[in-house]
Amino acid sequence: MRRRKFEELFFRSLMVLATIVVGGSFFLIVGTIFYKGIPYMNLDMITKIPGGGFYIGKEGGVLNAIIGSLYIAGGASVLGLIISVPVALFINMYMDGQKFLSNTLRMAYDVLFGIPSIVYGAFGFLIMVYFGIRASLLGGIIAVTLLVIPILVRTLDEVIRTVPLELRDAALSLGATRWEMAKVVLRQIRPGIFTAILLSFGRAIGDVASVLFTAGFSDNIPTSLHQPAATLPLAIFFQLGSAVDEVQGRGYASALILTIIVLIITVLAQILTKKFSKHKSQ
Amino acid sequence: MTQTPHISVQHLNAHIANQHILNDININIPDKKVTSIIGPSGCGKTTLLKSFNRLLDNTPDVKIDGKVLVDGENIYDPAAEVTHIRKKMGLLSQRPYPLPMSIYDNVAYGPRIHGTRKKQELDELVEQQLKAAGLWNEVKDRLNTSATRLSIGQQQRLCLARGLAVGPEIILGDESTSALDPVSTAIIEDLFISLKEKYTIVLVTHILRQARRVSDYIIFVYMGKIIEFGPTEEVLLNPQKELTKEYVKGYIS
Amino acid sequence: MQLRLIKDKFFSKLMLVLTLASVSVLLVIGIGLYYKSIPLLHKLSWGQLLTSSIWKPLKGLFGFYPFIMGTLWVTGIAIIVALPLCLLTSLYIVEYAPARVKRILTPFVNLLSGIPPVIFGVWGVLFIIPLIQKFIAPHFVDFSTGYSVLAGGIVLAVMIFPLIVSIISEVLRTIPQELKEASLSLGATKWETIKKVILRKALPGIVAATVLAISRAFGETIAVLMVCGNNAVAPHSVFDTGYPLPALIANNYGEMMSIPLYDSALMFAALLLFIIILLFNIISRVILTRLERRLVA
Repeated sequence: MRRRKFEELFFRSLMVLATIVVGGSFFLIVGTIFYKGIPYMNLDMITKIPGGGFYIGKEGGVLNAIIGSLYIAGGASVLGLIISVPVALFINMYMDGQKFLSNTLRMAYDVLFGIPSIVYGAFGFLIMVYFGIRASLLGGIIAVTLLVIPILVRTLDEVIRTVPLELRDAALSLGATRWEMAKVVLRQIRPGIFTAILLSFGRAIGDVASVLFTAGFSDNIPTSLHQPAATLPLAIFFQLGSAVDEVQGRGYASALILTIIVLIITVLAQILTKKFSKHKSQ
Repeated sequence: MTQTPHISVQHLNAHIANQHILNDININIPDKKVTSIIGPSGCGKTTLLKSFNRLLDNTPDVKIDGKVLVDGENIYDPAAEVTHIRKKMGLLSQRPYPLPMSIYDNVAYGPRIHGTRKKQELDELVEQQLKAAGLWNEVKDRLNTSATRLSIGQQQRLCLARGLAVGPEIILGDESTSALDPVSTAIIEDLFISLKEKYTIVLVTHILRQARRVSDYIIFVYMGKIIEFGPTEEVLLNPQKELTKEYVKGYIS
Repeated sequence: MQLRLIKDKFFSKLMLVLTLASVSVLLVIGIGLYYKSIPLLHKLSWGQLLTSSIWKPLKGLFGFYPFIMGTLWVTGIAIIVALPLCLLTSLYIVEYAPARVKRILTPFVNLLSGIPPVIFGVWGVLFIIPLIQKFIAPHFVDFSTGYSVLAGGIVLAVMIFPLIVSIISEVLRTIPQELKEASLSLGATKWETIKKVILRKALPGIVAATVLAISRAFGETIAVLMVCGNNAVAPHSVFDTGYPLPALIANNYGEMMSIPLYDSALMFAALLLFIIILLFNIISRVILTRLERRLVA
């Protein structure tokens, strides 16, 4: 009996310990980034583009990268959404009675979700070479769109499945076509669509490997789709590789900026998800 | 009620998520008899049953106060050993839930946990309990196959044998026949009747005919309160309270 | 009336086209990468490519063995670190934690999953590297810069925490309460119930989570690249540097295009990653789908 009780206590403590490590790793990471980033943080970082000699420690900021990242993540999310909404609707509404096919499709998107971003980057580059596009905002958007489509489809699919079948049946029994029913469903899942956009935006803004060869890098804010664009993660990566302390420090500050952006997006997405699921259960 | 009670409930209250599920329950459950708890669904029958072996503790947001004495010992005493209490009581749930292992291992699961290691001892125990549950002849040649291969009625009897194997004093049945076909139901009911020689049995049921067939005493619960308690025939044929009368006639259900 | 039906037909076709187009990306990636690898495969056989450890692009020698080993070491360390921790965490969250603690914990696991890879890399450089260099490595080896497969493995482990925890918790939640109660009512302690009943029942789900985590770890690029040292020699200890496949692609693409066959070799690396990850993903998804179906039935 004593041994059994001891075993219970031992493993229970082990579980608490593991939970502290796993949960604590989040604070450790964010804490490290804040601690190292704050001393180098200033208004210039987010309001100025790199000036002359920025990369040897002179003045400037990473506004070019912030804007570039917003452009790419925004463009890819919008483009991805335009493709994903019809796909998610199709899987759920137009494939009644073809369970095998729709499940196979779902699995294909799950697998696409698992393909690493470096492969999307390499493949995006192949497409660009094929069509003669140089590393540019457009190239970056294409590669990142490929990356976010599976995220969007999976999230939307999950959201659409929460719409009660009765609602769809009600619409159909009033003589609505499937497309008209789809419009009803779309209205129903509007908060879910926002969640999906936020999730894809969050993933897109933080990814490096997909934009590494496709978006290029530039100290200026791009004014057309064909100009190269800097991205925040890539700027962090480059600055961190520098031998100059000041530049490295700015890398930490850039990391802080990216962390804050992503945390805001993730928290928003979570609040929305919670609201949505509350709505659903009523 | 001349015998000594086996389970004695005193001022038991249970709240789940701020809802008052059990309201000041006081009852003495007689030794070596079958006692049925009846009442409309959602009245707190199952909650009451689960308070006897402290499975109620696992419900989220639950608050329990009061005493449940088993053999004179308060199981809600902070010093009480919960695994020891549960060992005293076998639970037979609504649907059979065989553990994910062989038929043999299902029955041997409890004894092994409580320290029986010898193969021969276990073999004997498994055979004895499977016989007690009336399953031995059907499974003796395939003790090592997975328990999930059995029919649902056989699975329920296996679960009974599994519960008996730890040597309990009390058997708790939570609508144990509701998922079974009539033949399996009859077998389980007969088992309850024959097992009361050795065990105290408490059943939750919503089938009045079943309560009448198997039980010696009946507790009628309504909205978390005990309305009436007495010998089966008296409660069913000559109820004292208005609510009981109506339920027995089939009005509240 | 007629217009409505035409509209319906039109949108249905449009959706079909979009669905097929986006799914076929899977196929097109595979074909595209293979097509680009052909020049290399003409010159060297699969066997040579996978087992040779000589990487001298200028001489036309492309041995992927060091990179494959680098990937395996980093992934292996990550799984060894992450799996036990995540299993225990999931068990705590699902089986033990009071509702209040659960409500606080779950969002943090989600927040962790939102942090971008490059931030993990920065954290690795700032925290894990010095930790290894100053506190861990001195106990075992004479000298280490900290940049090692161990650093890569630890950073990766933290990155895959949310994935493993979320899948295993989900699987644990699907185990019926009554099954746990059956074991508890026989007088088993909670841990005995976990050890003998829950883990057994959850095994396929745990395997699926692990396979998925492995495939995720295989493909992770930037965070690993930043802390691994990137030296084209197969590692022999956890304190050695390593050079995983994704890092190879990321570090060299677009820069050394003038060397013959170099881009073909990098596309071959991407193809390798693609094939392995495709297989692992399919395996884990099949297990998880089966699990789901069995529970519905």
